Amino acid sequence: MLDRRFLAPIEALGQYVLLLTKAFQSLNEVSIYRKNLFKQMVAIGIESIPIVALAGLFSGAVLTVQTAYQLESPFIPQSIIGSIVVPSMVLELGAVVTGFILAGRVGARIAAELGTMRVTEQIDALEAMGLNSIGYLIVPRVLAGVFMFPVLYITATGVGIAGGVGVAHYGDFLSAGEFVAGARQFFSPFDPMFGLLKAFVFGFIITSVACYKGYYTGGGAEGVGRSTTEAAVLSCVYILFANLALAILIL
Amino acid sequence: MIEVRNIDKSFGPLEVLKQVSITIEDEETLAIIGRSGSGKSVLMKHLMGLITPDRGEVIVDGVDINAVSYGELRQLRRKFGMLFQGGALFDSMSVFDNLAFPLRTFSELSEEEITAKVEENLKEVQLEGVEDKNPAELSGGMKKRVALARAIALTPQYIIYDEPTSGLDPETSNTINDLIRSLSSRSNVTSIVVTHDMHSVLTIADRAAFIHDCDIHWVGTIEEMHRADDPTLSAFVRASEYQVGAPDRTASP
Repeated sequence: MLDRRFLAPIEALGQYVLLLTKAFQSLNEVSIYRKNLFKQMVAIGIESIPIVALAGLFSGAVLTVQTAYQLESPFIPQSIIGSIVVPSMVLELGAVVTGFILAGRVGARIAAELGTMRVTEQIDALEAMGLNSIGYLIVPRVLAGVFMFPVLYITATGVGIAGGVGVAHYGDFLSAGEFVAGARQFFSPFDPMFGLLKAFVFGFIITSVACYKGYYTGGGAEGVGRSTTEAAVLSCVYILFANLALAILIL
Repeated sequence: MIEVRNIDKSFGPLEVLKQVSITIEDEETLAIIGRSGSGKSVLMKHLMGLITPDRGEVIVDGVDINAVSYGELRQLRRKFGMLFQGGALFDSMSVFDNLAFPLRTFSELSEEEITAKVEENLKEVQLEGVEDKNPAELSGGMKKRVALARAIALTPQYIIYDEPTSGLDPETSNTINDLIRSLSSRSNVTSIVVTHDMHSVLTIADRAAFIHDCDIHWVGTIEEMHRADDPTLSAFVRASEYQVGAPDRTASP
C-alpha cells in the first residue's frame, strides 16, 4: 500500500481542483456573489494600495541606487541605469514584490476569515439555508484577486519607477531626463503585458490557495492558525514556481 | 417525512454510523440522544445533506437527497431551519442583518417587510432591542435565541436543533426548551433535537432515538423509555438525575 505521505498531496490537489471546478460552475449565479465581489475588491485591492505602493517605491529606489553602484564606470553611459531599472520593475519586481506582500496580507486574511467561518459552523449555516457557500464565499474572493492584482501591479511598478527616478535625480546619480531616455531606449511593449499576466496568475494563486486552505479548515483555533500559515507560505512557494514557469514558457 | 435507510458513514478508519435506519414522522418531535461522540451530530447532518453517507439513502418527502442535483438539494434545504450548537451567527454582520439575511436572499419581501419580520421573529424568541448589536456582544443564551430566530425566518417545515441547551445555565435552558416546545406545537412543523440533556428530552420530545455503538440502539416514545428494560439505555437515562428526581444525597454509602 502506498504511504499516506505520498497520497496526501495528491488528495489535496484533487480537492483543490474540485473546489475550483465547483467555484467555476457557480460563476453564472451572479446574484449570489455580486454584492460580495465589490466588498472583496475593496478589501483585497483598494485597501492594499498603500502597502503595495510603499514596497514598490522602496524596490525601485534601492534597485536604482544599487545599479548605479554596480555600473559606476566612465565608459558606461549613466542612462543605462534607466534601461535596467525600468524593465526589472516591469518584468519582475513589480509583480513579485506585490505577490509576496499580498500572500501575507490577502492570503492570510482570507484563510483566517474562511477558516473561522468553517470552525464556527458559519459555512454549514450558509449551506443549511440552501445557499451555495462556494459561490457566496469563494467566487467573489478569487474574482477580486484576479481583477485587482493587475491594478496593484500597475501601482507598484509605477510608483517603483517614480521612486527610481526620484532617487536618481535627487541622489545625483543621473538626471530624470537621462533615466527616462535610458528606459525608452530598450522599452518593449510586450514587457508590461507579461507583467500584467504574472499579476493575474499570482492573484489567482494567492486567493484560490487561501480560499482552499480556509474553506477546508478543521480543528478549532489551532486549525485556523495552521491554515493561515499554510496559505501564506504555500502561496509564496507557488508564486516562485509560477514565476519561473511563466518566464520559461513565454519569454 | 424523513426516512433514513441503512446509512453507513466512516471518517478514515473511524466508523461512526453503521446500518442506521429511522423514520421521522411529520409533526412529531424526535430527540436523538446518546453520549458525546456517539455520532448524533453526524446523523443529524445527514438529514439535510451536509454530510453524504458512504452507503444508504436519506429520503425527505419522497426525494432521495443524495441522488438529486446540488441545485435541487439547495431547494430542498429551504424546508429546513437549523439551530447550530454555537449559534453559527455571521460575525461580520449585526443581529439585524443576520436575521434579514435569509429573507433578503430567498424571499421577495421589501426592506420594510423584512424589518417587520425580523422584529416579529425577535419577539418570538423574547429578545428585543438587540438588532444593532454584533453577535460578539451577546451572551451564549442570547446568541442561541438569535440563531433560533434566524432558523425560523423562512417558516421551515423541519427544524433541527443541535445541542440547543449545552453550555447554558438551567434557567436559560428552560427558556430555550419552552421556545422549542412552542415552535414544535405549530402545525406542520417537525422537530429533530440532538441532545444529551435528558431534561430537554423529557420536556419537549414525543419520541427518542438512542444512538449507541454506531447504531440506533433503541427508539420509542418517552413513556416507553421510562419502562424500557434495556440495560444500556437505562444506564444512560439513569445517569441523568431528572429521570427519578434528584438523587438522595443524604443517604450514607
